[in-house]
Amino acid sequence: MLTHLSRLSPDAREGLRDIAPVMVAAMPIGLLFGAVAIGKGLSPLEATLMSLLVFAGGAQFAAIEMWGYPVPVWAIVFSTVLVNARHVLMSASLAPKIGAFSKGERMLGFFFLTDEAWALAEKRAAETALTPTYWFALAGTLPLAWIGSSLVGALVGALLGDPARFGADFAFTALFIGLVAGFNKGRITAVTVAASGGTAALVHVFAGPPWHVLAGAFAGILGAYLAARPEDAA
Amino acid sequence: MRLDPVTLLTILLMAAATYGTRVAGLFFADRLALTGRAKAAFEAIPAAVLVAVIAPTATGWPETAAAAITAVAALRLPLLATIAVGVAAVVVLRVLG
Repeated sequence: MLTHLSRLSPDAREGLRDIAPVMVAAMPIGLLFGAVAIGKGLSPLEATLMSLLVFAGGAQFAAIEMWGYPVPVWAIVFSTVLVNARHVLMSASLAPKIGAFSKGERMLGFFFLTDEAWALAEKRAAETALTPTYWFALAGTLPLAWIGSSLVGALVGALLGDPARFGADFAFTALFIGLVAGFNKGRITAVTVAASGGTAALVHVFAGPPWHVLAGAFAGILGAYLAARPEDAA
Repeated sequence: MRLDPVTLLTILLMAAATYGTRVAGLFFADRLALTGRAKAAFEAIPAAVLVAVIAPTATGWPETAAAAITAVAALRLPLLATIAVGVAAVVVLRVLG
């Protein structure tokens, strides 16, 4: 198989190379998602379908946290929009850098937009022109790891026992902290994190999901606005 | 293999909403040329939302301490190592706490 890899274009090879560590990181989290979804009452088919069609870990975990029967459909959809609102910023940021993409490649390609693919694509775009080949190799292959591990997690979840024993429930938290570090802009980020984290934790106690996301995000953004000096945003 | 209709509906709506957020930026890009405080606030959105999502999972002494340790690791280590540090920290702290 490795000899076939050498027949791929450099763009495709580099896309695969760049997403490989993210795939490895995503697998235990996908396993966790599958297992937790089963614990909340979903069938393996339902859990896997969610990973296939939604393909957004943050929103999926938030939805699973709120899951119950009867399913709170609109609260979950609202939560999904809130948690995923940042995608708008990411696609807006990439929009001027995808001149080489056809309309179809944009509409299909951006289905695969994730925090990690976005961050890597931005880095790539700063060095060289972003090509559809690179993007699809980078972003389009990640679902394999996510969907595959979700399915496996759903099938064996019951056998693993309580994820908390292995700290596996904290893996998602640690991943997001790692991603936030990638957005770190120093002093303002510290203010944002403190304001958002404190507010969200508090609101979660009194009002529950999804309001804690809305309240925390608002507090974090307001904090950044107030903490910024004109020269900070240069 | 069960596929509950309400569950399926929820998943489809989640999928539509998520895809909507992913392509929306392609259409709004030109309106987002900000400066000054507004720019700083705009750039803070990803961090603000990500932290808000995980805040409830970092409550409790072992989890809060592990989150702090993870944050320190995150500024120095690659992503995979950060996750390993965080998971190890929370396991140790839960045993101690």
